[in-house]
Amino acid sequence: MKFRVMVLALLLPFLAISNGASAAQDVPAIAAASSIKFALDDIAKQFTQETGRKVRISYGSSGNFVAQIRHGAPFELFLSADERYIKQLTMAKQTLDDGVVYAVGQLAIAAPKSSPLTLDPDLEGLKQLMAANQLKRFAIANPDHAPYGERAEEVLKKLGLWQPIQPYLVFGENVSQAAQFAVSGATQGGIVALSLAVAKPFEARANYVVIPQKYYTPLDQRMVLTLKAGETAKLFYTYLQSEQAQGVFANYGFSRAMN
Amino acid sequence: MDWEALLLSIKLSSVTVLILIPLAILAGRFLAYRHFPGKSWVEALVMVPLVLPPTVIGYYLLVGLGSESWLGRMLEQLLGHQLVFHFSGLVVASILVNIPFAIQPIQRAFEAVPEDVRDAAACCGMSRLKVLFKIELPMVWPGVLTAMVLCFSHVLGEFGVVLMMGGNIAGETKTIAISIYDSVQAFDFASAGNMSLVLLLFAITVLALTTSLSRRVGGQYVAKRR
Repeated sequence: MKFRVMVLALLLPFLAISNGASAAQDVPAIAAASSIKFALDDIAKQFTQETGRKVRISYGSSGNFVAQIRHGAPFELFLSADERYIKQLTMAKQTLDDGVVYAVGQLAIAAPKSSPLTLDPDLEGLKQLMAANQLKRFAIANPDHAPYGERAEEVLKKLGLWQPIQPYLVFGENVSQAAQFAVSGATQGGIVALSLAVAKPFEARANYVVIPQKYYTPLDQRMVLTLKAGETAKLFYTYLQSEQAQGVFANYGFSRAMN
Repeated sequence: MDWEALLLSIKLSSVTVLILIPLAILAGRFLAYRHFPGKSWVEALVMVPLVLPPTVIGYYLLVGLGSESWLGRMLEQLLGHQLVFHFSGLVVASILVNIPFAIQPIQRAFEAVPEDVRDAAACCGMSRLKVLFKIELPMVWPGVLTAMVLCFSHVLGEFGVVLMMGGNIAGETKTIAISIYDSVQAFDFASAGNMSLVLLLFAITVLALTTSLSRRVGGQYVAKRR
């Protein structure tokens, strides 16, 4: 008897939960590069206030999202950190059209407030720190599948730092993780998206300096609707191109998109 | 604090345990009592998820069940939706990953059932099913309980597989472990700290409860046998 009561007691909470939390049907899943996290959260909030419609945004590295969408992930809209990734999807016939550039990303070099790294646009401080044998760890996003990591590699190569910095590099799975490494004190600094560096939680912990555009190819951040796009996703896509949304992107350190 | 993610994780854990444990009882009993050629290979296969990195399992599931594979397309036609990036896919993944955690303790418990007790039951003319429910299950119960708790907590903490094949979709595949990872990346350390604390307290409570429960159940069995 006791045995049966115990089984029941153990099963009850499971049964109670199993018919809870199921996602509403008309809330589109959206995949977005983690570099636009803070800006997009703001824009999505405004969008919901104005239209009463909600969106579910997943943040990650653009390369991973391409892999997931190609394997059938139900994302209705994909905001990539680099248009090259959109082209891969377009060629695989997974999208409605070629999409549009919604923002142009910029890079920044950042360091925790207590770091010995002096920040400057030409990374002289980084060079000196390495020359003095004081650099321990330096964070960038993984260049293999994160556009901001790819551009960071480009900057370091252009400045002749790529080879010497190899032993000190740590890779974030996406630029957000790289930024988190860069500010948490785990590294002496890192190359991150300007849009993350200007965000409030980041500013409180770290300093940053913008890296001039001449050191890397422009980061045209393109978005595209997938074949699964429904009405809300399409409305959000249009909203992202509105003056209001573009203003938010500008506030987070993105340059204006020229389509 | 991401309650939606926590609830989703608890739901995933519960569904996994409900499906996996009955299967594990059958498999554990079979492995405990039957001897057949190649048994150690079967046992090795059962243990594989224990030593395989979750990302490997995630990769196979993503590629094997995704819409680019024939199996994935067939299942999609059959179910009307995809397994990957869907809650049901996480259930499949959780079951696969937890097979060793479910079968091992149950198999050991069955092995510990004295042969004379089973013989006596058979001599009394009890049917196999009756022996299972009236004699064996009450005796292996602590093992079953351990398996349930291990699986439940393990699913709650599962990260690699969910990250690979879940797609991090809120309310569908964004579990508590992923949500913690997300908050850390968004520098939301307060939220990450809260969620981690909830998981930690939950783990300690569950483990303490099971230990005391299985001790009491075990004691009850010894008393009855005497």
